[in-house]
Formats: sequence, C-alpha cells, structure tokens
Amino acid sequence: MSATTTEVTPGTGRGAASAQKMKRERPKDSAMHEKPSIVSSGILILGAIYCLFPVLWVIMASTKDGSELFSTLTLAPSTHLWSNIVELTQYRDGLFWRWMLNTALYAGVGAIVSTWVSALSGYVLAKFDFPGKGTVFKILLMGVLVPGVILAIPQYFLFAQVGLTNTYWSVLLPQIISPYGIYLARIYAAAAVPNDVIEAARTEGAREMYIFNRIAMPMMAPGLVTIFLFQFVAVWNNFMLPYIMLGNDHLFPITVGLNGLLNQGASAPAMYTLVITGALLSIIPLVILFLVLQRYWRVDLAAGAVKA
Amino acid sequence: MRRSLRTAAVATAAAAALLMTGCSAGTSHDSGDTNQKVNLTYWAWAPNLDKVVDIWNKSHPNIHVTVNKQDGGDPAVTKLLTAIKAGSGAPDLMQVEYQKLPTLVAADALADLSKTDAVKTKSHFSDGVWSSVTLGGDALYAIPQDTGPMMFFYRADVFDKLGLSVPSTWDEYAADARAIHEADPSVYLGTFSSNDAGWFTGLSQQAGASWWGIDGDAWSVDIDKAPTQKVAKYWGGLVQEGVINNKPMYTPEWNTALNTGKEVGWLSAVWAPGVLSGNAGDTAGKWKVAPMPQWDASNPATGNWGGSSTGVTSQSKHVDAAVKFATWLNTDPEAVKALVTTAGIYPADNAAAKQALSKAPDFFSNQPDFYDVAAKVAKTVNPFTYGPNVNVAYSAYNDDFAKAAQSKQQSAFLDAVTQMQKTTTADLKKSGFTVK
Repeated sequence: MSATTTEVTPGTGRGAASAQKMKRERPKDSAMHEKPSIVSSGILILGAIYCLFPVLWVIMASTKDGSELFSTLTLAPSTHLWSNIVELTQYRDGLFWRWMLNTALYAGVGAIVSTWVSALSGYVLAKFDFPGKGTVFKILLMGVLVPGVILAIPQYFLFAQVGLTNTYWSVLLPQIISPYGIYLARIYAAAAVPNDVIEAARTEGAREMYIFNRIAMPMMAPGLVTIFLFQFVAVWNNFMLPYIMLGNDHLFPITVGLNGLLNQGASAPAMYTLVITGALLSIIPLVILFLVLQRYWRVDLAAGAVKA
Repeated sequence: MRRSLRTAAVATAAAAALLMTGCSAGTSHDSGDTNQKVNLTYWAWAPNLDKVVDIWNKSHPNIHVTVNKQDGGDPAVTKLLTAIKAGSGAPDLMQVEYQKLPTLVAADALADLSKTDAVKTKSHFSDGVWSSVTLGGDALYAIPQDTGPMMFFYRADVFDKLGLSVPSTWDEYAADARAIHEADPSVYLGTFSSNDAGWFTGLSQQAGASWWGIDGDAWSVDIDKAPTQKVAKYWGGLVQEGVINNKPMYTPEWNTALNTGKEVGWLSAVWAPGVLSGNAGDTAGKWKVAPMPQWDASNPATGNWGGSSTGVTSQSKHVDAAVKFATWLNTDPEAVKALVTTAGIYPADNAAAKQALSKAPDFFSNQPDFYDVAAKVAKTVNPFTYGPNVNVAYSAYNDDFAKAAQSKQQSAFLDAVTQMQKTTTADLKKSGFTVK
C-alpha cells in the first residue's frame, strides 16, 4: 500500500508522509533489539494466563461426561470428548450444527456487507464535502457511544411492523450499520487514500463508484480487515439481538441456542456437558479466523497508531 | 459523479426494501376451511415435545404443527408479551404455566376458547386444574397439559443406614434434618432455594396460602398472611439452625451435592425423576418417593410446582385448528402416552394418565408404586389463585429471600415475606388494577 502512495504522490498528503516516517523509524525502535524486561514479560504472562485459563477449563471440561463434570478435579482431563461431540450432534437431529451454520451466515455475510457499507460511508465522510457533513459525523460519534443492546428492543418493534421478526433478516439487517466501523473507515480513508489519487482518477474519467471500488478500497484494505474482524467477532458473540428477534430455534445462532440448553425449565436438568462442548466447538472457527487474518491486523494497528 | 454515488445508495435501499417485502409476503390468509392446509407454530419447552407433535403431523396432513423450542418458563412468556405488544411475531400455540395465565390474559395475549370445542375437554380434568385455566370465570384460556403435585424425594439407603423413618409431618422432617446433619456435618436433608419461587409457592400452597384473590374487579394480595409466614418461619428456623443448606437449586454445586450424596432429600414435584436422572445419575435406584411432610397429618395436603397448559394466542388466525391440535395433544390416549414416555411429564388428563402411567420411571425402578403414590398425592392439591403480576412477586421472592438465605436469620425470612407483599401490591396498583 505505501509503495503505491509514494509512487503517485511523492511527499504530499499527511497520511502518506507519516506512513513513510513510520517505516523509517520502525527498525530503530524495534523491541527486538532491547532486552526483555522481566517485569513487563511477567505482567504479560500473567495476563495471558488470565485469558487462557478459562479456555483451558473449557477444553478440560468438555472431555468429561455428566457425572464427572462437577465431581472430578477441575483440570483433570477425561476421555469423553468424542462421545460428547456425538451426543451434541445427535441433540434434536443435529440442531447444533444448524446453529453453527446460522452463526457463520450471520457473522460472515453480516461482517462482509457491514465492512463494505462502513468503507463506503467512511470514504464519503472523509473525501467529500457536503452540507451537514459535520452533523452526520457527530451523530455517528454518538452512535458509537450507544451500546447495541439498547437498540435491540426498539429494533424488534420496528421489524415487527413490517413482519420481519423471526427471520434471518431480523438479525442480519441491524448489524450491517456499525457506527464504529464507519468511524474507523473514515479515519482510515482520510489517512490512506490521498486526494491526488482521487483527482487523478477523476481526470482520467473514472466514475465515483469505480474509484471507490477499484482504487480507494484496495488502499484501505488493512483497515477494512480490522473492521471485518471487529464486526465478525461482534456478530459471532452477539446474544441480545437474536435472542429478542428469533422465536424459531432453527434460526438461532450458537449463542442463543446454547443458552437455551441451560434453560430447560424446572422439570429438566440443564445440559451442562453439551453446552461446554458446544462452547468449545464454537470458538474454533474464531481461532482459525484470527490466525489467518492476524498479520493484517498487526500491520493495521501499527499504522492506525501513527496516523490517527 | 456525486449523483452516481447517490443513485447507488438509493438502489441499495430499494433492493433491501424488495428483499423485505419478498420475505414478509405470504404469511397471512385463510381461516375456517378445514380442507385447506394450515401451518401452526407452537412455542414450548417441554423436552422432546417435537417428537410427540410428529405423531400428530403424520396423521393430520391438513394441520401441520411446528414446535419452536423456547427457553423454559419466564423467557418464553416475556418473548410472547413482546410479540403481542409489537402486533406480530407471536406463535399460534403456546405452552403456558398455570401461574402465568393471569399475566397473559391481562395482556390480551390469549384467545378465549370458551366458544370453541375446547370446552368439551372439561370432563378429562379435575375441577382444581380446570379452574386454573378458566381463572374461575366463564372464559377458557387454555387446555391443561400437565401438573406438578409436590412430593418428598429421599435417599432410602441413607435413611435406612441412620435408622430414620420417612417424615410424615414437618416436625419429623426437621428432626430428620438434624439427625442427618449431625451424623455427617457435610450432608444435608435439603436446601432452601431462594432461586425457585415456584418451589416456595408450592410449599405455601400446601400450608393453605393463596397469594392473590379476586372479588369482582378488585384484586387482593395475600402473601403476608399466616400460612406463608408459617412456612417462612419454619424454613428460616432450619436455616438459622444450620441443619438445612441455604444454597439455591439447579446450580452445578447443587447437582454435585445430589450426585455425591451431600444432599439426601429433595422436596420436589412428580417430574423430579427426569431431573435426578440428569444430574444425579450415579444414585439411580437409591431414591424413594413419599407424600409431602404435613402441617396437619390428619388432613393431608400438597402444593403444585410447575405444570402447564396449552393456550392459543390472540394473534393466531387459525384458532379452530389450534384447538383441534391442543385437544388431541392433551386428551388423546396415544398423545398422552407419548407425552409421558418421550416428554416425561405428568399429564393432567386423569383417565389417560392412569393408562399411560403404568410403569414407574426408570430412575425409580426400585419403587414400582411410584405413580400410585403420585396419583394419591395429586388428589390433595390445595386450591391457589394466581394474580396478574406473578412475575413481579417471583422476582421479589428471588431478591428478598436471597438476602434472607444469605443472612441465615429467621427474622429475615419473615421480613422477606412482608417485603414481597409490599412489592407485589405496589406493582399491582401501579399497573392500574383495582386493589383491595
């Protein structure tokens, strides 16, 4: 990305300049040449343990069967992981995997569309002047401060009016607009897409949509990966919205489905083993996604720190 | 140039609108005509209910019922109330616990079935059960499905080992609790659960309480009266003494305690075998059931914990079809048998229940007369009236009794009853009901 910028606009545009500056300074500051401090490493290791211990617990607990779960030593593994997975798969004819697919749909489609919408809106806010732009942006900033949970019930009533509750749309549509994503995209577009490039493209006769899709979007790519990951994780973990919107358990995402297994009413026991095994299986796709997209995210975090 | 962006935005919005209409079209039409194919949705949480409904779907091609499994109890009711307020999104049929009926009726969530064939099912049910679906009036809001008469479940092996007899009165229950706790201080005969308002309601019902009352249009709240005070005082005393545990039920800790023999008794309802087999599987065959300990041994009584009915929502466009299905589900011998064997419930239909409940549940295979005991107990259920804000009273119970159980003071248990009364009355007034 920075290669393209320097080529087209040597030394202009604040974003490009700082990107270059950062590039030059980076090796000097690199932590690799410093001795690791015992204190800071210690804090980081403690932090890692704090975060990873529950995961370890889930892994160990998912290998136990119902009678071992609360009676054997917490971290002692057992041998029932496979039978738990089989039992979970058999639960009401494989409903669990249906929930997994639903979650993948909500998170995958939702995050891709939301990233595109955020990119478009952010790009427009950063690169165009139009009346009311400041107001729009201020409203957007307020939107960042409003937690999505608060909006779930009003959204339910709105969707009910058009008869859309209890459909895939009721969970997909509200998650497409993400004020935080638009905010990030605006910052990123301002920094990463030089005005001169846009001007040059216009002079060549390119249409605005073409400029956005073919020139601006690729330049914003690392930032968009961040937005995508944020949205994907947010939707994957979202509970309140689908919980309120959906009544049909064949549409449930994994979060709402697993919660249901714990709330069987007084006359049936909660299915702890199934829920724990399900929780373990449900984080695997997230882990894979992070490992794959990790490096983009790293590039972006560094860039954002300097440019914002 | 700008324009192209704007047209794109408009096009996106239009496309979204098209998708929406495309999706919402074709949901509503038809009624009455029996030959037309009807699709009904049914919100329920009883385990494996969909398997029972499959039997219906196979033999009734024109009325197809889809079960949407819900979270047990309160969450489903909240969801239904939200859908009713929103004007769409409610199912046709709903599993409703008896204590939630007044709440739903007050919110106009249920259709009145008194003009339909549903009234013909009256002869299948006992008068007490029937009055809880008519709310004592001329209307009919649901068809009874199951009941939960409370009984005392205990570890027969532990009682034998300590030479204890099964308690027939609450005084004997207290004495047994002391003996068991003295023999091994880590073992309890039971726990006082501040999480399970339905459980405490059942205990109060046994003692003769009826927390609400209706007189014409005026409601009364009678929680802070002698029967409930007696129950609270009794349990507060046992908790203060330390011979009864003060931890809530249905927690992982409680499951472990049952499974490992740290809790050797459970005041529960007829559906308890299903729960015990799930969370205390290692103790199968060691439990027995007996009627509840009594306040007055000469006049045996019990309360209900759980039990539910099948209602038709006010948003349903196929009331007659829904009634046909609900009638079959709760009174047809084949359906009731399936309810017992696959959903594990105790049916409200007396005659069909007798047929279906011939064999004791697997977990109680050591007690062949399990359902004989249950049938005898079920006849002694005390009457009880639920009001339109049961949810408020129940959450007040959770809040106030959690503090009381934590403090382990008998006086705090009595304060909690007073506080429940205050909260419930205040809410009823605030909601616009006439309160005596």
